[in-house]
Amino acid sequence: MLRFDQVTIRYGSRIAVDNVSLTVPDGEIVGLVGESGSGKSTLARAGVGLVAPTSGQVLLGDRPVGLRSPVQLVFQDPYSALDPRMTIGQSIAEPMPRASRADRRAEVSRLLELVDLDPSRAMQYPAQLSGGQRQRVALARALAGQPEVIIADEITSALDVSVQGTVLNLIRDLQAQLGLSMLFISHNLAVVRYVATQVAVMHHGRIVEHGPAPEVLGNPQHDYTRELLASLTT
Amino acid sequence: MSRWRSVLRTPVGACAALLLVGVLALAVLAPILWSAQADRVDTDAIRQGMSAEHWAGTDDLGRDLFFRVLVATRLSVELALLATLIAVVVGLTLGALPALVGSRLGRYVVAFVNITVAFPGLLLALFLAVIFGVGARGAVLAIGLAGAPAFARLTQTLVAGVIERDYVAAARAAGIGRFRVLLRHVLPNIAEPLIVNATISAGGALLAFAGLSFLGLGVQAPQYDWGRLLGDGLAGIYVTPAAALAPGIAVVIAGLAFNLFGEALAKAVGLTTPLGRALPRLPRRTDSSAPSDAVLEVRELTVTLPSGARAVRGVSLQIAPGEAVGVVGESGSGKSLTALAIAQLVEEPLQVRAERLHFQGADLQAQAHRKLLGTSLAMVFQDPMTAFNPTQRIASQLAEGAREHGGLSRQAARARVIDRLRAVRIHDPERRARQYPHEFSGGMRQRAMIGMGLMGTPALIIADEPTTALDVTVQQQILQLLAEIRAADHVALLLISHDVTVVSAVCDRVLVMYAGRVVEDLPAAELARGARHPYTRALVAAVPTMESDRQLPLTVIPGRMPDPDDVSAGCSFAPRCALADAHCAAEQPELIASADGRRIACWHPAPASLALQES
Repeated sequence: MLRFDQVTIRYGSRIAVDNVSLTVPDGEIVGLVGESGSGKSTLARAGVGLVAPTSGQVLLGDRPVGLRSPVQLVFQDPYSALDPRMTIGQSIAEPMPRASRADRRAEVSRLLELVDLDPSRAMQYPAQLSGGQRQRVALARALAGQPEVIIADEITSALDVSVQGTVLNLIRDLQAQLGLSMLFISHNLAVVRYVATQVAVMHHGRIVEHGPAPEVLGNPQHDYTRELLASLTT
Repeated sequence: MSRWRSVLRTPVGACAALLLVGVLALAVLAPILWSAQADRVDTDAIRQGMSAEHWAGTDDLGRDLFFRVLVATRLSVELALLATLIAVVVGLTLGALPALVGSRLGRYVVAFVNITVAFPGLLLALFLAVIFGVGARGAVLAIGLAGAPAFARLTQTLVAGVIERDYVAAARAAGIGRFRVLLRHVLPNIAEPLIVNATISAGGALLAFAGLSFLGLGVQAPQYDWGRLLGDGLAGIYVTPAAALAPGIAVVIAGLAFNLFGEALAKAVGLTTPLGRALPRLPRRTDSSAPSDAVLEVRELTVTLPSGARAVRGVSLQIAPGEAVGVVGESGSGKSLTALAIAQLVEEPLQVRAERLHFQGADLQAQAHRKLLGTSLAMVFQDPMTAFNPTQRIASQLAEGAREHGGLSRQAARARVIDRLRAVRIHDPERRARQYPHEFSGGMRQRAMIGMGLMGTPALIIADEPTTALDVTVQQQILQLLAEIRAADHVALLLISHDVTVVSAVCDRVLVMYAGRVVEDLPAAELARGARHPYTRALVAAVPTMESDRQLPLTVIPGRMPDPDDVSAGCSFAPRCALADAHCAAEQPELIASADGRRIACWHPAPASLALQES
């Protein structure tokens, strides 16, 4: 389980994340909603060790998270998430633990099938794939690192609706199959509601509301959550 | 790879490559073939001019200068390449170092490079040549090190661009070390410009080396390169000009070969869009039937890409005064291009053609209507940050159009700006008008953008994804504002969006676009439940809502939209459509209007009543 323990992150005098405590329990998808600039992405980066908290700590189990911890991050922009010079197979194989060539190839095929892509695509380059397909490759790459937790940062917001559905369905399937733990970040409440069991709402760097999804969305306590919900229904 | 090869297909690239291969071949072969002739001393033929026997004359010892120039190719090119290699290696190391050592130490490296870049290269080379001592080795080191700062700077800039990419962050988050990230992800992605630059600077090194040798700081006797031959020959330039001219010409040719090849590479590699052939300008088929009372009337609008493919394929639409029409579709459906084409904002190499493009009864395709566009048509773009000039105050940007088209005085324009900013609900407009775009939040910039459109008296607002870059709560306010403006001034709206919910909330009527065509035209109220085109229905169903059943998988549309280059003869949606049959694949359905004003292009539309029942 991934635990943010009173994490504060400052950039100069600006506080991006303000005393955030949040737990992603094993086998659950926690949705994190909030608008741009609310600190969601900074929190995501702290979750994999790309950004060090100014104070507080991020723990995986009982150990602080570092770059080598089994936590993987999937990004928003499918066009910059994959190295254009590497084949799909090479990208997926990169975070894999050391193994023989044949084993790695077999694992790449398995992962591609897991994300509903033809294993023969391993030899292709990202330019030959659509946005939705790239996001699935990015997911396969994250899974290749055998993570305990995956952090998904707005992974569907750059996709068309028709494609967004395939990625969300995939997330749900993977969660059911593999018992994934995931921090699912999105500005879209309907999307978060569909995949997450718990929802946390972030506003100006703080978590203003957190709880089981039906409770937070059905009976919001904080003004900002109410405002978010209201903007959806009209 | 093909881009590299395409260099050879340009005339300059082909010539430069030929020249370069020639120079390199000479560098390899000349000493093997002609060393004997070049070194043969002939005391009977000292300091001769050009002759049939000695094409470039002879030197102090009667050695044949033509052969000496040929043989000198190897040393000259070799030393230039060696110097370039040093420049590249040192430059790469210095340039990549900040990415390796972290930001604190990296800052010192950057500062050091900045200081060295400030010195002129040749001055640095002369200075270093003195330090390393006179001779070929010293000169190579000097020219190499003098070239390094420029390379380091270039590398730094390129590395900084790539290291921001998500795939670098992904690799680091996967526990890949900084050094391996640099080797695997960063360097391959910046190799192209570096190679191009190295080629060009090899030409520079060649010239610099000739210069040092000429000054006596470079190659020393008995070795000789072009620079030394030039220096030796210059003494007798009035008696035997060929002795100086021959090595001079050699330097020019070799330098040209490297530089031209580098430039040709740069042009080919730096080019992101393939250059298309110029399309023949087709005569316009304009329809001169009487204008209707519609604000906007578009018939058979087509946008052609440089490749000849059509991104917008015969779009027809009408907007009545005060009406709000939405255009929805996925990326690549041609919806934004349609909007831009209507506003006459599509430029070469794209071509716009329409049978009819009338705005307020005036033909927009006739050049004389720029002013009409400036005063009666307002455009709102997706990204309000890039739509404003960051160096100008909001007031002067808003006033620009009004002063040009409306002929307002400075004071009148300013008053109007403040009035309009107030109209788009910006608080304290007097103070805000004096501010710069970066002092505005995203939502406020979008308001200001709308305010700019309201400076005239618009009959139509074209808004291209006006809320996509904004947060949901702000999005709501902007849509509200657009609705209020419409109601107050009876302004028509053409709203382009990928978001079905936004369009159905704001518009009266919705056009659904797919692969460059309008496939359905229906009342917005019908969108959620009464759509008849399978694509429209799938698009609506695919949007997760707060009511979606969490137990069921979300509806998806399998496959992807065809690119403009490979649209089929039949219905473009057929490959993804559950209802498609052979007829759909073979023949494209026309957009046919029905009695109730709806239009649909489908061979198997859901019957209006059934569509209702199913939902």
